[in-house]
Amino acid sequence: MQAIAYQSAKSIDEAVSVLRQWGERARVLSGGTDLIAQLREGRRHDVEVVLDIKSIPEARELRYSPGQGLYLGAAVPCYRIYEDAAIARAYPALADSAALIGGIQIQSRAAIGGNLCNASPAADAIPSLIALGATCEIAGPNGRRTLPVEQFCIGPGRSALEQNEFLVALRLPSPAAQSGSCFLRFIPRNEMDIAVANAAVALTLNPAKDRITAARVAIGAVAPTPLLVPEAAAALIGAPLTEATLERAAEAARAAARPITDMRGSIAQRRHLARVLTRRAIESAIQRAKES
Amino acid sequence: MVLETEKKQKKYKVIGTRPIRPDGLDKVTGRARFGADIDLPGMLHGAILRSPHAHAHIVRIDTSKAAALPGVKAVVTNADFPHVPAEELSLGEGAVNLVHLRQNVLAEDKVLYHGHAVAAVAATSAHIATEALRLIDVTYELLEPVLDVRDAMKQGSPILHADLRTRDMGKDGDIPSNIASHLHFELGDADHAFGEADVVIEREFTTRMVHQGYIEPHNATVSWDEDDHLTIWMSTQGAFNVRDQMARLLRLPVHNVRVVPMEIGGGFGGKISVYLPPVGAILSHKTGRPVKLVMNRTEVLEATGPTSGSYIKLKMGATKDGRLIAARGELAYEAGAFPGSPVGAGCMTMLGPYDIANATIDGYDVVVNKPRVAAYRAPGAPISAFACESVVDELAEQLGIDPLQFRLQNASKEGTRQLRGTTFPPIGNVAMIKAALASDHYNAPLEGPNRGRGVANGFWFNAGMQSSLNASVNGDGTVSLIEGNTDIGGTRASIAMQLAETLGIPMEAVRPTVVDTDSVGYNAVTGGSRITFASGWAAYECGMDIRRLMCARAAAIWDLGEDDVEYVDGVIRARKDAAKKFTFAELAGRINSTGAPIIGNASVSPQTVGGAFALHIADVEVDPETGKVQVLRYTAFQDPGTAIHPAYVEGQMQGGASQGIGWALNEEYYYNADGTLANASFLDYRMPTTLDLPMIDAVMVETPNPGHPYGVRGVGEVPIVPPLATIANAVYRATGVRFRDLPISPRRVLKETQGLE
Ligand SMILES: Cc1cc2nc3c(=O)[nH]c(=O)nc-3n(C[C@H](O)[C@H](O)[C@H](O)COP(=O)(O)OP(=O)(O)OC[C@H]3O[C@@H](n4cnc5c(N)ncnc54)[C@H](O)[C@@H]3O)c2cc1C
Repeated sequence: MQAIAYQSAKSIDEAVSVLRQWGERARVLSGGTDLIAQLREGRRHDVEVVLDIKSIPEARELRYSPGQGLYLGAAVPCYRIYEDAAIARAYPALADSAALIGGIQIQSRAAIGGNLCNASPAADAIPSLIALGATCEIAGPNGRRTLPVEQFCIGPGRSALEQNEFLVALRLPSPAAQSGSCFLRFIPRNEMDIAVANAAVALTLNPAKDRITAARVAIGAVAPTPLLVPEAAAALIGAPLTEATLERAAEAARAAARPITDMRGSIAQRRHLARVLTRRAIESAIQRAKES
Repeated sequence: MVLETEKKQKKYKVIGTRPIRPDGLDKVTGRARFGADIDLPGMLHGAILRSPHAHAHIVRIDTSKAAALPGVKAVVTNADFPHVPAEELSLGEGAVNLVHLRQNVLAEDKVLYHGHAVAAVAATSAHIATEALRLIDVTYELLEPVLDVRDAMKQGSPILHADLRTRDMGKDGDIPSNIASHLHFELGDADHAFGEADVVIEREFTTRMVHQGYIEPHNATVSWDEDDHLTIWMSTQGAFNVRDQMARLLRLPVHNVRVVPMEIGGGFGGKISVYLPPVGAILSHKTGRPVKLVMNRTEVLEATGPTSGSYIKLKMGATKDGRLIAARGELAYEAGAFPGSPVGAGCMTMLGPYDIANATIDGYDVVVNKPRVAAYRAPGAPISAFACESVVDELAEQLGIDPLQFRLQNASKEGTRQLRGTTFPPIGNVAMIKAALASDHYNAPLEGPNRGRGVANGFWFNAGMQSSLNASVNGDGTVSLIEGNTDIGGTRASIAMQLAETLGIPMEAVRPTVVDTDSVGYNAVTGGSRITFASGWAAYECGMDIRRLMCARAAAIWDLGEDDVEYVDGVIRARKDAAKKFTFAELAGRINSTGAPIIGNASVSPQTVGGAFALHIADVEVDPETGKVQVLRYTAFQDPGTAIHPAYVEGQMQGGASQGIGWALNEEYYYNADGTLANASFLDYRMPTTLDLPMIDAVMVETPNPGHPYGVRGVGEVPIVPPLATIANAVYRATGVRFRDLPISPRRVLKETQGLE
């Protein structure tokens, strides 16, 4: 029998003190859509207390302004992102991710922060966060710190959070004019699957809309952690919007992939999909930038 | 959609209509009781420890720590079962050796697959029981697993059962082997006929193990009383079958075992053999308390169900003018850990849609370190139809003949001799193919790149077996129908409708109830597509019994001879005196004041099942970059004989097609090299979701079965036979590549079309 205590923190300080008290034996609870499943399957045998952060104001807040960018509390459920028209318009890749994680029930609970902290190589929000240049706001016994999201995951299920730290929020910069972004994943069915590969692209066009001035490309499920692919971005930035440009960027994503073979996909298939999805995500991001 | 309903509508009043099923309201409100809803005073909760290995000797099982955990009331292993003789026990669909059944329920000296049950605990809560499993210490000595049917057949392969010999034409071989049996079928002279063929095609095919995927996990609550009477509440397709298995396994008289079949959340053949009841029984025996066991999804996938993975080599020959004249096939089916694959049915159904005079087919039943297979909807037939319909499709293409036209000109019909020696009675194969040829779907243009249309045919025998039921006429003219068949696909309705039709009363006047094994005569399994056929036949006989009794009663009231009274359209009347008549309800109201209660009884064992055919058409689109196949349009044609309740026939057709599409595209047991099953969850065992399927159009082309009072043929199984080849043939037309290995997953499509592996 695994008896687990439940605690709900009302403030960041209270959360840190609970984490301090319990150390390794505590786990932070956002939506619980990963954590509760893991506990029930007996995969987290060391856990004695779950610390609910949904009552911490800073973790629940969702705020956007074109000047300030997006403040996304770590426990904000997915649906609040895609149901907010201004946010969905400014960060389409993030809205893509939020709308495709699980189904409606899951999206009513699951948080982008939880998706990040779970640090799955196949997580569907992390590539979007990376492409959109998100920053993590972290609280712990030594106060607050920030970290670029691409440095957050350090291995399957492992993050850069230090002992007794937790994620308070994510910040995303405001997109420049003529920006677009897109997230795509490949699964064998049309629902209910873990990504065989996924990719996110965020880019900005010049005023003439015929050249890319800024870009970030991220791919997932093809390495121990989601990857930022600077080579793919480099292939896009400054180059004309031609077939060859897009292919070069997609090829860079393929080259960056370091997948494994398992029941969900083979090495060759995943590398190939990293290319296909990156290519398609670039096309869609360009289209969205043109329409923005 | 029912074609040719006109005639029937005139002929019948109840049959062919679509009333609401008697169990419908309880099911949509959640009031219906399933096995997992059982809760008894003093009840304990059981849990089962399963093998993490695919193949190992059990050196030692130490249960002492688990037994000492507070709340644990009993721990059992295979040693707690009585010894049983090595006798065959029929399971209705398939059979099992008693010793193997006992070894499957709890492993004896060896574990033979990942998930094989090893020990069980009963405790005061499910949590304590699960916790206790961790405290059972099993020492294994690992053995090399054998996971593929062809590897298992090789000389020098690891042997699963030291005592298993190949049974070949009734004789046992003299060396241990994984080949449990070799079957051989011959029709005409295939060798000679191939010499006459203008086109000959030989191909190899493989398929993987797939699961029935019923939504409700296995469950059983067992209470073993002080006087050695056992009551079992559970989800089962065959309560009497469970009763017989339990009596034999536990060496009890049959009347000591009562099985109460609860509502069932699907079975498809997987809920016939017992898994939990024997374990629950010995736990209950040890503790003197009722014990409830409920599997989780992982256990369901690891240790119950699947049907065979396979290897097939098939050669077929045709003449220039498009006549199929010869076939030579070799079918090897995985039985899982114990003998009993459906390879025999695979061999015998494979050529069913065709009039082909010369064939030689060999079948091999082969054990491998995977779960013991169970029946799955037309057991064995989808696999062999996949091979046959793929080769037939290729022959048609080489001959330049339209694939449906080719099937039509070679179609089996009344009088066609089958591989198993018998000839077909009147069957609907030809009419069905013609309907498909004339259909909107087949004639609609399919435009756009990467798209293709495929067709395939399929045959299934259907089964009769035994059914018993009875019905009491109540004073208000209603009828209480007592039956013993688990209602999976709407059979309460289809049986009640046949009784109502026979009695000439509305279906709503008949209330069917499914009862336990002590409360009605013997009934074979809900399987073999037999319930609407055989229990429907029993309902007809029962109705005729009631009609005779009602006529006799009226005769007594009128003081006439019994022959002077007739029963017409629910009215009992004197033949020669128009003034003397009773409606059914009027006479019912006088039963108890004029004599004994009126109860109709029937027990039947009909053989004239008729045989069922299905033909499917699919349009698919393949994403050439990702390899993903999307089904755009799908139409299933089928001959149901007479569709008693057309909506439920359509449901069976759509369900079978859906399962077959899953089998074709993404479903497979995925094994790691060490023999562990990697995808024992619905996340990674990919059945199609609603978003993966188009509307499946169902077209019933009725050719009544002359072997049934109402023309019924079974409908439940045959619709899963054609989809595998239908999809493969469609994907071929979309990609130019013939897929002969299932599933046609995106990964495999990329491998075959782009060489990516
Ligand atoms: C049916 C179903 C479908 C799903 N589909 C998808 C899908 O399509 N794509 C996908 O990517 N995922 C999917 N998931 C997984 C899961 O829903 C997502 O990863 C989700 O975003 C997790 O968020 P959560 O808030 O529920 O996290 P939780 O379960 O609360 O937490 C996840 C992990 O992160 C830790 N954690 C959470 N918040 C913090 C924090 N603020 N600081 C530090 N640690 C923290 C927890 O301790 C835990 O280890 C699915 C899950 C289910 C059950």
